[in-house]
Amino acid sequence: MSEDAVRLIPADEGSWRLEAYLRRGGYEAARKAVMSMAPADVITEVRKAGLRGRGGAGFPAGLKWSFVPQGGAGPKYLCVNADEGEPGTFKDRAILVRNPHQLIEGMTIAAFGVGIRKAFIYVRGEYGRIAGRLREAIAEAEDEGFLGGGIFGSGFDLEVIVHLGAGAYICGEETALLESIEGRRGQPRLKPPFPAVVGLFRAPTAINNVETLANVPLIIGRGADWFLGRGLPKDGGTRLFGVSGAVRRPGLYELPMGTQLRTIIEIHAGGPPEGVAIKAVIPGGLSAPALRPDELDVTMDFDALARAGSMLGSAGIIVIGDKIPILDVLKVMARFYAHESCGQCTPCRIGTSWIHKTVMRIGEGQGRASDLDHILRLADGMKGRTLCPMGDAAALPVQALVTKFRDELEKAVAR
Amino acid sequence: MSYAPSAAAVKKIDGIIAPYPEKSAALLPVLRVVQDELGCVPPEAETWVAAKLGIQPIRIREVLSFYTMFRRRPAGKTIIQVCRNLSCTLAGAEDIIGFLKERLHVGPDGTTPDGRITLVTVECLGHCDHSPCLQIDGIDHGPVTRDGVAALLEELRAHE
Repeated sequence: MSEDAVRLIPADEGSWRLEAYLRRGGYEAARKAVMSMAPADVITEVRKAGLRGRGGAGFPAGLKWSFVPQGGAGPKYLCVNADEGEPGTFKDRAILVRNPHQLIEGMTIAAFGVGIRKAFIYVRGEYGRIAGRLREAIAEAEDEGFLGGGIFGSGFDLEVIVHLGAGAYICGEETALLESIEGRRGQPRLKPPFPAVVGLFRAPTAINNVETLANVPLIIGRGADWFLGRGLPKDGGTRLFGVSGAVRRPGLYELPMGTQLRTIIEIHAGGPPEGVAIKAVIPGGLSAPALRPDELDVTMDFDALARAGSMLGSAGIIVIGDKIPILDVLKVMARFYAHESCGQCTPCRIGTSWIHKTVMRIGEGQGRASDLDHILRLADGMKGRTLCPMGDAAALPVQALVTKFRDELEKAVAR
Repeated sequence: MSYAPSAAAVKKIDGIIAPYPEKSAALLPVLRVVQDELGCVPPEAETWVAAKLGIQPIRIREVLSFYTMFRRRPAGKTIIQVCRNLSCTLAGAEDIIGFLKERLHVGPDGTTPDGRITLVTVECLGHCDHSPCLQIDGIDHGPVTRDGVAALLEELRAHE
């Protein structure tokens, strides 16, 4: 089999076109699922494959689907999270641009397994032009009977709607995403009830990231064991590692789950440019706590990074070179979360804004001796005290920078 | 002052609304059509959209003020969005922003006096392997340099 057939980002020319996807064996897995499998077996196979959510949280996808009630007369929905907003992340963009049909096929299989007939793809507003290509791919799939009414001549239907966001980081949080599809501000909902039970338009809803769903055809087509063989025993498949910042070859690298972080940076991305040393690495999007240069011998999988006090998150690796003051990094981080807090929960709304103001004060040379402890206290006050994970997502990376680069920051305060 | 979109826009809006189980859910995409036609979503358009979707006008204002891509006031003919999140900052985004401000004689979120160009700084555009990056009317560019940006500005001028 050609390696391109099992890659999320194929190298072949015109890889996004339907005929190219069919040459790679596209839609065979969906045909197999719809024509010859029981829906429950689809979910079982994905559970066996250890497919963990690629959006950031790493929740097992098959398990998530199993929470959606079986049967029932009312509608159920599938929502695809293509609101790729985590800074340092550009993997879903690549799937949408280079392999949209694999996402569509994954959606078809997921919808068949869970018993869903209507799906929404929530694409961030900034990817408006990319959404155009996705719409073309959907139309192609409908023309060929891979989507729409009576898929593969069976009695299974799936309608897909592309819904564009309009610029709000928080809409990547799954319940905020639901609010946004319903035409409201993206303010997260209280859980429980979880979306699997009460989701979009109050109906049971499965929500999955683009990369997660794009892996599903591989699992159904080649089996859970094959998929596990591509990654780790409990964390199957490959991962799209995005590398940006101080490296010679920034880019997207599709490698087995559990590849060493140092290998990705030094070998695949070519290491830092001449004369630059690594000061810090953010391993999984801006919200993942930074690692020091002596902490890079860690495998890139959900459990190993959690043990290292960080997270795999979106696998967007940002390499920070030694010429960059950590205060500059902190400024960007603090501004970002203060700007993106939806404002619903006081600890996040006030905490992100006070952290930002304190960091800016240090930047202006007005820092006070107590400022760093003040920032740590504010971050503590946010953790676990908000409706959605954004409170933690804003607090943890700030705390990591302040704790791990305290000496450098102390000097900035004293300046 | 009342507002009614063009017949083409109304047709487009009806097509957008159709597949949603609840009309009001089409609010974001409908506002996008209105903004594409008018350059922004003025108060009179809020009223029209509210009536069209059968919701209170306040719902429109809530949404407009939440999402950064919606504008309630007119912007320039061309919108340049420059990313200033971490990957782009590490690659020199602040220098690019400074250069654009100097060339266009505007601050961030400012429009040139001739109404041609609005400069906006934004958070991550998801193009970090091409940092520093920017979008001009939705088209991605990156990695950009000062010279590259100057060439893009020339191109904009030439296209007028």
